[in-house]
Amino acid sequence: MKVKKRTIGLTIYLGLLLLPVYWMLNMSLRTNADILGYFALYPKDITFVNYMKIFTDASWYSGYINSIIYVSINMVISLATALPAAYAFSRYRFLGDKHMFFWLLTNRMAPVAVFALPFFQLYSSIGLLDTHIAVALAHCLFNVPLAVWILEGFMSGIPKEIDETAFIDGYSFPRFFITIFIPLIRAGVGVTAFFCFMFSWVELLIARTLTVTNAKPIGAIMTRTISATGLDYGLLAAAGMLTIVPGMIVIWFARNHMAKGFALGRV
Amino acid sequence: MEKWEDNRAWFLVLPVFVIVAFSAIIPLMTVVNYSIQDIFGPGQSVFVGIEWFEEMLANKRLHDALWRQFLFSGLVLLIEMPLGILLALAMPKRGWGVSVCLVTISLPLLIPWNTIGTIWIIFTRPDIGLFGVAINNLGVAFDHTARPLDAWITLMLMEVWHWTPLVTLLAYAGLRAIPEAYYQAAKIDGASAWSTFWYIQLPKMRGVLTIAFLLRFMDSFLIYAEPFVLTGGGPGNSTTFLSIYLVKIALLQFDLGPGGAFSLIYFIIVLLFSYIFYQVLQSVGRGEK
Repeated sequence: MKVKKRTIGLTIYLGLLLLPVYWMLNMSLRTNADILGYFALYPKDITFVNYMKIFTDASWYSGYINSIIYVSINMVISLATALPAAYAFSRYRFLGDKHMFFWLLTNRMAPVAVFALPFFQLYSSIGLLDTHIAVALAHCLFNVPLAVWILEGFMSGIPKEIDETAFIDGYSFPRFFITIFIPLIRAGVGVTAFFCFMFSWVELLIARTLTVTNAKPIGAIMTRTISATGLDYGLLAAAGMLTIVPGMIVIWFARNHMAKGFALGRV
Repeated sequence: MEKWEDNRAWFLVLPVFVIVAFSAIIPLMTVVNYSIQDIFGPGQSVFVGIEWFEEMLANKRLHDALWRQFLFSGLVLLIEMPLGILLALAMPKRGWGVSVCLVTISLPLLIPWNTIGTIWIIFTRPDIGLFGVAINNLGVAFDHTARPLDAWITLMLMEVWHWTPLVTLLAYAGLRAIPEAYYQAAKIDGASAWSTFWYIQLPKMRGVLTIAFLLRFMDSFLIYAEPFVLTGGGPGNSTTFLSIYLVKIALLQFDLGPGGAFSLIYFIIVLLFSYIFYQVLQSVGRGEK
């Protein structure tokens, strides 16, 4: 009986959660004149013109490609640097470890607005302006600390005896780390990868500041279109629907790692 | 867990330090520079000391925005933390339901922040929005562009819709990391669902819930794009949060001096509260273990 009540609650929540998304889908399948003309629970004449425009116009679809490129670079850098650092924080005491850990977190706490200008100056002075790598590096500012933090939590859940046994068995540190340790915290790696992807994907202020045309993110392209042509709700909704797709693919791959967790991953 | 003492661990942390410091230190110093100068144009500036800080600390509109911000973050944490944990507990443990839940629940997190605002504009419009039309048909006059309370309700709905999934995902990952043996032991002891939650699940989730709590605190305190798009800080100033006011000062009026001082004060407030929360949440966990 208890289990049933929970499931009903969960189903209702998921249904409510989907409503705004459904509404966006509904809008994306109608023309702008149609949308503003009357209220409709579902599109009466389904049209794909909004999607066609995005897929055929390079100034639109390049935005998705740009976003995907810098987000992927950011994910790789964040995970590659955060994994060893998180291991250090979870296993060792060293000079300034606690201060260092909290300092990392403070990098998520600054209001971005005024920092945008110095960011622009910094990255233009090293000649990286309007490149994917610039956005990827800048997003490391808030993603790397988060990655370290999440991974540290998962690593601290693994008993240290596992490390000790492996070292006694003659494993070198890199071999132990890659072949034994990382598989043990698969769930953590999956969650971390998803969060890095997500925060980099949805962040706009920094990404927009650091790009002009070559690496312009999709979110920025969407705002530009609003100001140029008034609000084209249909086109905007279609673009919005498409911004969800890459993330869904990532969560689809990460879901097994998240679901399995620690207990089943242990040998 | 007793940790090994070894300063060579610094080598493992070094890449992270370099990559974060690169983007962190120079911009921060630049903003500190702004905050103590009066800047007229490129290369023309006068040192003014702490004048901007005094001006900002005495600013009435900043105080109002700050209280609004505390109210907003407080409500966000009060609603999203329990709701997120409840949802994580209700989610299935295995089978196809897990995938469906995880993918559906993460949808709102994957939408760029300015698009979130746009979605909710469409969703709540009284003429063509599902929510707007539905609530007006129920006989409730609802208009988030005219009435402050309605604007707040809309913002909170949007915020809860947008960010509760973050708490749920973290809590769910934490729950899945609890070894099955713990549950079996609790079952043998005849523990109720509540005591299983209170003595096993909650303490074991401490790490991820600390992350969720602090992330929600920081991000809701720094919120900008969503309310900016949805309400633009209005009606009146009723939803002008700190970031919206900061952008008004710093970018629209292009006052980098006061803007810099404002940013640093803002930063210090977030830092202070995060530090307190961090310490408290750490020590609470130790007490329970």
